[in-house]
Amino acid sequence: MESYRADVVIVGGGGAGLRAAIAVAEADPELRIALVSKVYPMRSHTVAAEGGSAGVKQASDSLEYHFNDTVHGGDWLCEQDVVDYFVAHCSEELTQLEHWGCPWSRTPDGRVNVRAFGGMKIERTWFAADKTGFHMLHTLFQTSIKYPSIKRFDEHFCVDLLVDDGRVQGVVAIEIASGELLCIEGRAVVIATGGAGRVFRENTNGGVVTGDGMALAYRHGVPLRDMEFVQYHPTCMPGTGLLFTEACRGEGGFLVNKDGYRYLQDYGLGPAEEKPRNKFMELGPRDRLSQAFWYEQQKGRTIEGQYGSVVHLDLRHLGEAKLRERLPQIYELAEQFLGIDPARTPIPVRPAVHYTMGGILVDGRCASPLPGLYAAGECSSVGIHGANRLGSNSLSELLVFGKVSGVEAARFARSVAAGNSASLNRQAQAVERRVQGLKLGRGNERIAVLRKEMAQTMEDGCGIYRLAATMQQTCDKLEELKQRFRNLRLDDQSSVWNTEWLLAIELEYQLDVAQAMACSALERRESRGAHQRLDGFEQRDDVNFLKHSQAHYVAGGPPRIDYGSVRITRSQPGTRAYGAAGEQAEQERKASHG
Amino acid sequence: MAEGQKTIEIEVLRYHPENDTEPHAQVFEIPFTDDMSVLQGVQYIKDHLDGSLSFRWSCRMAICGSCGMMINGVPSLSCQTFLRDYYPARVRVEALAHFPIERDLVVNMEGFIEKLESIQPYIIPREARTLSEGEYLQTPEQLGAYEQFSSCINCLLCYAACPQFGLNSRFVGPAALALLHRYNADSRDGGKAERMELVNSEDGVFNCTAVGYCSEVCPKHVDPANAVNQNKTNSAIDYFLRFLAPKGGAR
Repeated sequence: MESYRADVVIVGGGGAGLRAAIAVAEADPELRIALVSKVYPMRSHTVAAEGGSAGVKQASDSLEYHFNDTVHGGDWLCEQDVVDYFVAHCSEELTQLEHWGCPWSRTPDGRVNVRAFGGMKIERTWFAADKTGFHMLHTLFQTSIKYPSIKRFDEHFCVDLLVDDGRVQGVVAIEIASGELLCIEGRAVVIATGGAGRVFRENTNGGVVTGDGMALAYRHGVPLRDMEFVQYHPTCMPGTGLLFTEACRGEGGFLVNKDGYRYLQDYGLGPAEEKPRNKFMELGPRDRLSQAFWYEQQKGRTIEGQYGSVVHLDLRHLGEAKLRERLPQIYELAEQFLGIDPARTPIPVRPAVHYTMGGILVDGRCASPLPGLYAAGECSSVGIHGANRLGSNSLSELLVFGKVSGVEAARFARSVAAGNSASLNRQAQAVERRVQGLKLGRGNERIAVLRKEMAQTMEDGCGIYRLAATMQQTCDKLEELKQRFRNLRLDDQSSVWNTEWLLAIELEYQLDVAQAMACSALERRESRGAHQRLDGFEQRDDVNFLKHSQAHYVAGGPPRIDYGSVRITRSQPGTRAYGAAGEQAEQERKASHG
Repeated sequence: MAEGQKTIEIEVLRYHPENDTEPHAQVFEIPFTDDMSVLQGVQYIKDHLDGSLSFRWSCRMAICGSCGMMINGVPSLSCQTFLRDYYPARVRVEALAHFPIERDLVVNMEGFIEKLESIQPYIIPREARTLSEGEYLQTPEQLGAYEQFSSCINCLLCYAACPQFGLNSRFVGPAALALLHRYNADSRDGGKAERMELVNSEDGVFNCTAVGYCSEVCPKHVDPANAVNQNKTNSAIDYFLRFLAPKGGAR
């Protein structure tokens, strides 16, 4: 097998991976960086982020406000010291991106403009029209070309980590174009492979979002933390799940039911006013909005559509000119995919899975418990999102923790000697035998059938509201699917561009990650953030569950779940309220702190 | 397939280098609904009829740039091209024109990546600025000077449309030249002189014969033809300046 010797290996070429690569290159130009991505970097799913990226910008704003919004938004399941570091570094990183050429939208005097976003007290979401992720990703990718020490392995699919002498020392990857395996040695490895939303049926995610890096770390004993917290975005296209950004509401859009009524006022988010008001109504957090949809559906106040119940995202009052300027992509999506002119007709929407709050357990410096292994971005759980992520915090996370992971991985790589190549190559050959073996499956199960059943059972058991009985069914079903996976049949045994083989490997990753989600959900006997139960555990339970779940991989069976503590520095768990009730709660908090 | 289900035929150009000496067509019949994209059509084939069909895709919403194909001979993103626009006729899908086929609908795009890397697609600062000094000021008008050219998703449809690229694969081509122009036109950038060498070179803008089909097929309104032609003017000015200035006007 061919070998390549790097110092730092980065798996994933999206926002976090590219930011990490640049950070390593700037920390020490002597370090050889291998950037391994299963797609060309600009195809990574960061590209699809729309609304914007949070960072304190206005004089009326403060780091304390951003901290509070994030911790409250996460229902106090955040690592507060990490949130402090995060909010303190967002704007610096966003400015860095500005210096690298990101075409941020501007105010008339030439400064970077900010917009309102859900759950944020002050406008602090930097945006590039409604293609923020696209512009951030292309800016990072194009800037990365400046650095000669970054060697890209584009369209290389990572199939395992190499662990030797108690620390991670590289990866094994398939070169997709040839089907050949390659051993890439490195003294430190950063995983930046994104989320796992494709384990659910209706989702906003691209086909690449299959939880690869989470499963890789998990199988090597690194716990997956807080996996039960999966975000449903409230405004998605029925059927396909394609996203209509929260910026639609940040710019003043309304959500209305079949009677044209702004129903969010019935769910503790009101009062309803004509102009968008931060943390009220349509600018509430995503978990609350998706939950309100569910109740409207129960009450029969939604609209029946071809792909299930919908409500209307009404942008008509914003006018065509503003929509074309601020939300051009949304305009085109509505026109091309739904045949709707959003300046004249409301857009039918329903919630769909959007984001994985949990992920690979790492500390505030992005280090996992496995020495030499770092993680950043959606695949990681660094602790800033808690039980519910606020929109526009994740793009900033890519930058802030992408950089941290790169700096830390570079430091670690310099502190240890290169590995034993012969030993690593032997390991890599064992990986090759296993992975090649998967291609030869001649059973009777089709990948697409298993994938569809997985996605359906995840939706059934781990949706917006959850019950023990259906969660248990999901856990059982996933165990069954893992058994059936062994009986897979592939149509394609060839080498060049065998994407069916890659889909099989991805499905195996997905089943592991789905199991971590479902089993963690079943064990969390309370309701918090995006994890809501209707079977006697409707309340938040800080006595028993103000803690992080940790799913540990167990070969041949469901994961073992245990718990870790939550770092609370100065924000004690309180009432999480929005709208007028939120304002009142804030007054009371202020009064009690004198 | 359920009784009474409408169907449509998709003719796919297949090529597998391990088995085939040349590409050949294969026809599949799939269930049809009027909201199905061509991408969903080929996904149906892969999932249910032939798992060995290879193609790239990801975002499904015309922003990742992966799923470009020739659809009835027109370079198109398969995710935002709908089968209803062809039904009940058969739809023909092939790999993007002018690129070597790696397999089925997958083309080799390394040549494009090399061109992208060659244009210095990053800010070469006109004046240095530290992070603590904050952002560069850039008015909406200054942003407007390059914004459309920054919207390229690298889908390569414009290369499949460009007859000159078909004749000379060394031509830097529409997307890369549009991106080059994007940086040259950015008020923060001072790297135009360095980039003009490539613009003026024999693989540069003067390959373009102003057919304009690149802009017609662009799914993101980048208008690469406009960028290329602005640079023909720039290149001509640059050419004359060299005679006037002591060390060449561009330097």
